[in-house]
Amino acid sequence: MESIQGVLSWLGTTLRLMSYNKAGFIGFLMTSAILLLCLLGPLWIPLDTKTKLDKIYQPPSAEHWMGTDHQGRDIFSQIVHGGKDVIYVAAVAALLSTLIAVTFGTVSAFAGGVTDSLIMGVTDVILTIPQFPLLAVLAAFVKLDNLTLLGLFLGVLSWPALLRAVRSQALSLKERDFVEAARALDLGTGHIVFRELVPNMMTYIVISFTLALTAAVYTQVGLVLLGLVPVSSSNWGVMISLAWTQGAIFFRDAMWRIMMPILAIALFQLSVITMTRSLELAFNPRLRTMA
Amino acid sequence: MAPILEVRNLTRQFGKGRETVTAVDAISFAIEPGETVCLVGESGCGKSTTGRMVAGLLEATAGEVLFEGKNIRQLDSNAYRRYRQTVQIIHQDPYSSLNPTQTVRQILTAPLLRHRKVKNSAAAEARVLELLEIVDLTPASDVIAKYPHQLSGGQRQRVAVARALTVDPKFIVADEAVSMVDVSIRVSILTMLARLKREFDVTFLFITHDLALAKYFAWEGRITVMYLGRIVEDGPTQRLITDPRHPYTQALLSAVPEADPALAQHKRQIELRGAEIPSLLALPPGCSFHPRCPYVVPGQCDRTVPALEPVEVGGRVACPVRKQDAVSLLV
Amino acid sequence: MVQSTVGRPAGDRHPDKPPLSLQNVHVSYATRRGKVQAVRNVSVDLHAGESLALIGESGSGKSTLGLAIVRLLPETARIEPGVITYRRKDREVDVLKLSRSEMRAFRWSDCAMVFQAALNAFNPVLKVWAQALDTAQAHGWHDKPAIRRRLVELLEFVQLDPKRVIDAYPHELSGGMRQRVLLALALLLNPQVLILDEPTTALDIITQRTIIKLLRQLKQEDHFTMIFISHDLAIAAELADRVATMYAGRIVELGTSDDIFYRPRHPYTLGLIRAVPTVTGGFEQLFSIPGSPPDLVKLPSGCKFHPRCTFATERCQQEEPELELVGAEHSAACWNWREVQAELQRNPLHRGALNVLDGIGSEVEGS
Repeated sequence: MESIQGVLSWLGTTLRLMSYNKAGFIGFLMTSAILLLCLLGPLWIPLDTKTKLDKIYQPPSAEHWMGTDHQGRDIFSQIVHGGKDVIYVAAVAALLSTLIAVTFGTVSAFAGGVTDSLIMGVTDVILTIPQFPLLAVLAAFVKLDNLTLLGLFLGVLSWPALLRAVRSQALSLKERDFVEAARALDLGTGHIVFRELVPNMMTYIVISFTLALTAAVYTQVGLVLLGLVPVSSSNWGVMISLAWTQGAIFFRDAMWRIMMPILAIALFQLSVITMTRSLELAFNPRLRTMA
Repeated sequence: MAPILEVRNLTRQFGKGRETVTAVDAISFAIEPGETVCLVGESGCGKSTTGRMVAGLLEATAGEVLFEGKNIRQLDSNAYRRYRQTVQIIHQDPYSSLNPTQTVRQILTAPLLRHRKVKNSAAAEARVLELLEIVDLTPASDVIAKYPHQLSGGQRQRVAVARALTVDPKFIVADEAVSMVDVSIRVSILTMLARLKREFDVTFLFITHDLALAKYFAWEGRITVMYLGRIVEDGPTQRLITDPRHPYTQALLSAVPEADPALAQHKRQIELRGAEIPSLLALPPGCSFHPRCPYVVPGQCDRTVPALEPVEVGGRVACPVRKQDAVSLLV
Repeated sequence: MVQSTVGRPAGDRHPDKPPLSLQNVHVSYATRRGKVQAVRNVSVDLHAGESLALIGESGSGKSTLGLAIVRLLPETARIEPGVITYRRKDREVDVLKLSRSEMRAFRWSDCAMVFQAALNAFNPVLKVWAQALDTAQAHGWHDKPAIRRRLVELLEFVQLDPKRVIDAYPHELSGGMRQRVLLALALLLNPQVLILDEPTTALDIITQRTIIKLLRQLKQEDHFTMIFISHDLAIAAELADRVATMYAGRIVELGTSDDIFYRPRHPYTLGLIRAVPTVTGGFEQLFSIPGSPPDLVKLPSGCKFHPRCTFATERCQQEEPELELVGAEHSAACWNWREVQAELQRNPLHRGALNVLDGIGSEVEGS
């Protein structure tokens, strides 16, 4: 019971802190709405698969909020169903790259010496390989039809920039007196990294995660659009890709079909990016205890 | 009595090649158990670097730190762990020395549990409350759940002291421990430290740039004055304050602003030949104070580094020219 | 030093008309936690050629008051109510009513502020000469050779080698040199009043002494009117004619330097003096003030010092005392100042220096 209350009050404080930044809070509300719609929406809104020749390329209306496609199917239902996979892949990628970056970035900063040089060497090498062409080449060898696998691939390739940033954060924190005091008290490397350094980088890590998330969305959609990733299900990237290959940009009437998934992606990215402003507030320990 | 801590020819350099800076240059001193020693000097004199080497947080480039007669770099792992806990440090800036994401409880419990100073977390809680009482943070039950930013500078510094006490240290390096604390509260922290010295047999190395504080804290102890990485004078506090022998110590004492208008009017002004401290990158040859010293003897002071030699009034002075001459600091 | 050029013409002094008068000055900040009353009801006259020290701990309002005079407070601060009157020759202005451009002119040519010599007091990409030129030209002075002559003269006055300093970037100078450059720049446009915020804090002891000597020289030879803001009582003892003790945004005691250091009447001033050691002389027992400085958002009732005061009575919890005259030029805001006086008769201040000076400080209470 007590722990439930604790969680509730933690959530309450978090929401209050997030609401201090109006734009950030709107971003948070929009992100939540999009997530809810994409994750739970499919339970209520069936995917429209029936060809209706009398309704081809209709503009938005009360019946079809986002208009209809080349077979007269409802675009809104496709958008609702197409978000889940995009977000899932991006989340896997962002989670993995943040995990790698935080772990090795902190270790690199803290250990110094050979370990540091080694980690930074590998990082720099990967950083210099252009990600997109590499993925394109990889896609030729590996069949990336498994969403988790795709997410992991994206994650494995996108951590270097984040690692460098985490390392420099950790380096500056390492100089703080409380870290030296922890050394004087012989509290151990594990304690210093996970109790002293990481909690002080939390804001930064959370924001980095959201930025990695948005980057993964773009890469993914790009790969789908170029047809490098054979994703079978319908998702925002596939929607654009299909519209594109079927020449939607040449028909004025087809505008909605290509614009809606693009808008969905843009809106999601915008919401997430704006939300980081509020996350900064929510994960600041100072503000948290003052509230 | 055998010294609890001794340093021999302790040296520390920073940087590489032509940019090498010798922050501490072959200094030697010993501290007896229960003694209070103040290390004073201006910024860049090497006092904090010395403190961090003594506390085992910075490796010496040359020379050795002996703790209870043994070189700390040659201790086996058990002995090193014991040394690590016996010697603690209190930092200057209480805003940077406490982790902002931890409560006072978390800050104090971690070392207690890690080093098995208590059996379980209930005992840890009791011990934390006790430690908070010891450093005069009362009511302890109010303070324990607070985050550092909810405390004043003085209160934070007390938490830092309590944290050092978790491992029952016998030797504490206090590096400018009160210089960032409000004037009205400084004394109470010094008094608290002096009480720890008596009650828990803690030996203090008190590092400060403030001679008035050094005098107050180490009235029965000793003061060591450093200048550009070397010890220029040391001795019993009462002798050093009233009868300084090294021209640098004299200049320092005469320059200290005094919180007393009559005294401020009647202090002797010692004119130095140069106002700026030389850069550590380009140390003058011989005695590093000679370019500013009013008593410089050309051909002697600029050639050989003066040795730190005992004087009959007590302590050691690194100035063969002036070590016999007393100077009045008032006019 | 060349007095006639560094200092002001002798006729500039008006002994009967204070160059700066503050009346009921209040400063507050709006914060998320509520209104912070940083300065409350401060009234003080600054006489020509006088130096006044504002002392107090962090949060006492001393720096805020200094910044309010030159209106350099952050946007969230409000100065009201309050009147700040500045007089020079026959001109009399209400500082708080000046327009933005009038204020800029006032800030350098009438009342200059010298900040603590941190690097951020300078524009990091401008050499000393360019900073001086910018300042002069912003005030309509375009005669480059004359500006250069003036700068060289001032740099020499602050004992810097103009050749070495004039084309140096701020980061190439040591802390003590930067403080002296700031002082020289402040004097560039010949102000009447200088406000110095922690002029020696963070400087080494011997450098502090150099600055103190310079400021004494400015005071004695050129009769500048100066305000020193410092948490360090020694700066007040070394430099001030009069001292104002501030606590929780108010002046709680105001008197001559001797009044404050030897005959304090406010328990807070007494507490501060008993907390600060001197170097010269024998051992002196020190005492700290219990408790911590107040939360400016939630100030205590009555006298703001009562929770920390050993003299406090019931009245102190209810009514806030105003400054009242306790000596010829000495006022204190304490209901129990007579008790403080009696306490000093019983337990005289044991300044370590007294044994040494033997009689010099004999005006001290009770001895």
